[in-house]
Amino acid sequence: MKLVELATTIRSKNAGVDHITFDVICRDRANFERVRDSGVLNRGAVARLFGVDEGRVTDFVVFEPANAIKFTIRRLRPSGSMGESDLFGAQQYAPLFDVEIP
Amino acid sequence: MKTVRIITPTGHLGTTPLEKASFERGCAASPDFIVADSGSADIGPYPLGADRAACDEVWQRHDLEHMLLAGRRLRIPLIIGSASDTGTDRGVDQYVRLIREIAAEHRLGPFRLAKIYSEIPVDEVRRRLKDGAVVRGLNGRPDCDAATLDRTDRIVSVMGTEPIRDVLREGVDVVIAGRSSDCAIFAAPLLEAGHSLADAFFCGKAMECASFCGEPFMGKETILGRVDGTGVYLTAIHPEQRCTPASVASHAMYERLNPFREYVPGGYLDMSKCSYEQVDPKTTRVTGQTFVASPSTWIKLEGSGKVAERALFITGIRDPYTIANLDRVIGWARAKLTERFGPVGGTYNVFYHVYGKNAVMEALEPTPATAPLEVGIVVEVTCDDMARAETICHIAGKNLFYARLPDVKGTAGTAAIMSDEVLHARPAYEWTLNHVMEVADPRELFRTQLETIGA
Repeated sequence: MKLVELATTIRSKNAGVDHITFDVICRDRANFERVRDSGVLNRGAVARLFGVDEGRVTDFVVFEPANAIKFTIRRLRPSGSMGESDLFGAQQYAPLFDVEIP
Repeated sequence: MKTVRIITPTGHLGTTPLEKASFERGCAASPDFIVADSGSADIGPYPLGADRAACDEVWQRHDLEHMLLAGRRLRIPLIIGSASDTGTDRGVDQYVRLIREIAAEHRLGPFRLAKIYSEIPVDEVRRRLKDGAVVRGLNGRPDCDAATLDRTDRIVSVMGTEPIRDVLREGVDVVIAGRSSDCAIFAAPLLEAGHSLADAFFCGKAMECASFCGEPFMGKETILGRVDGTGVYLTAIHPEQRCTPASVASHAMYERLNPFREYVPGGYLDMSKCSYEQVDPKTTRVTGQTFVASPSTWIKLEGSGKVAERALFITGIRDPYTIANLDRVIGWARAKLTERFGPVGGTYNVFYHVYGKNAVMEALEPTPATAPLEVGIVVEVTCDDMARAETICHIAGKNLFYARLPDVKGTAGTAAIMSDEVLHARPAYEWTLNHVMEVADPRELFRTQLETIGA
């Protein structure tokens, strides 16, 4: 099943001026456990998905109280620098939709 | 321990107007304080660097008017943090002017106002650096040195609770604070009432974006926070919204590197052991938060500096052959710039934002583009000199119209020009400081003035 069918919220947003953070939140506990236990989402996998070095994934945590998985990617330049494409970092999450969760 | 109730109607005062109905309901819930944050670093480095508001004064005034009138009617203090987006001295002075105007217009009786300035001259940081202060880069940034400051036009220091607690103790009715830690403006009155650092900062953390901590998703609706010594209680006021364990916990992780820690001057809030429980249909109680004090006090500095002037040109392409060969077209246009103006990245820069292809995600885009029906291209040029930026930008855009491709059918123009003009954009700034500086006293970078407003 695709992640977009299991999660109720998949979002991205600035976390400070140098990072974009991604939240995958399931309303349903069983869906969350399925995503969590599949192990498909991990630091290396999200680095590969977005084509960045693993070192740029500064945080990867499973946040049980919110049925959520959260990770953070360091920007190459601070938000709002010249050439900026997404000032708030709000439209970087879409590639997560199609991640296959067994 | 005294129960303290706080309402907040907006997560960023001034962006769009607060919703009056839930705010009035919140006012009817016997609040002790009205609190709102009005700033953010999310808006990019331009407002701080150029010292301009990001929000429209019409909405800033609208929200301040509702909140001031409610505060005076209920005889409870109003606390505003990070005045006018940047929290610079300009922002504080602008909000104090608006408060004066609103008070005069409504003939409000006399009340006491505190303004707390948080701007710090670049030379003051330079002096401290020379005297041996460490200005440490946050989250992987290098520490600040003289060169960092040379690139910086303006700096704000981010206050914790201390300067706000001081003026609350003076019995002021309105606090207009410069750049402030979002959660500190909520925590200050809770700490004054004797509540724990953990509950005070957690309450602030949960409330700083107002109704974003409730569900379903709504902005600009009022949230009520209550702290009574048995936990932090968050209640959604809008009839259709609820604060649930899921909504409050998801908000705890919003806009942060990780969901477990919130740093403030003097330590951090640890949220890793929080538990969330629904206590009534609209209210969630949070317990288990702790505060870990640090042995030294570090104040966050935000700095921004101007990099270059900036110009934009907008165009679009419909021809499928040109779209299929867009990289060649842009490559050719860039080559023409290099030929006339020297290498890109030398004395100027050019960015082709190709909407329809990968303008949004750029290098982070993993999905191969499928050919779109149309693409829109925004050409961005930066350069020290505005006239030159304009010249370069016009050619950078017009060369998409003259693109050379061997089999192109449309030989009368290879791009749809929306308007044959170069748009003057705001100058390019960059975040130069996202650092912390050690201080002896958490008050030492902030300046407070009290005044009486009203007849």
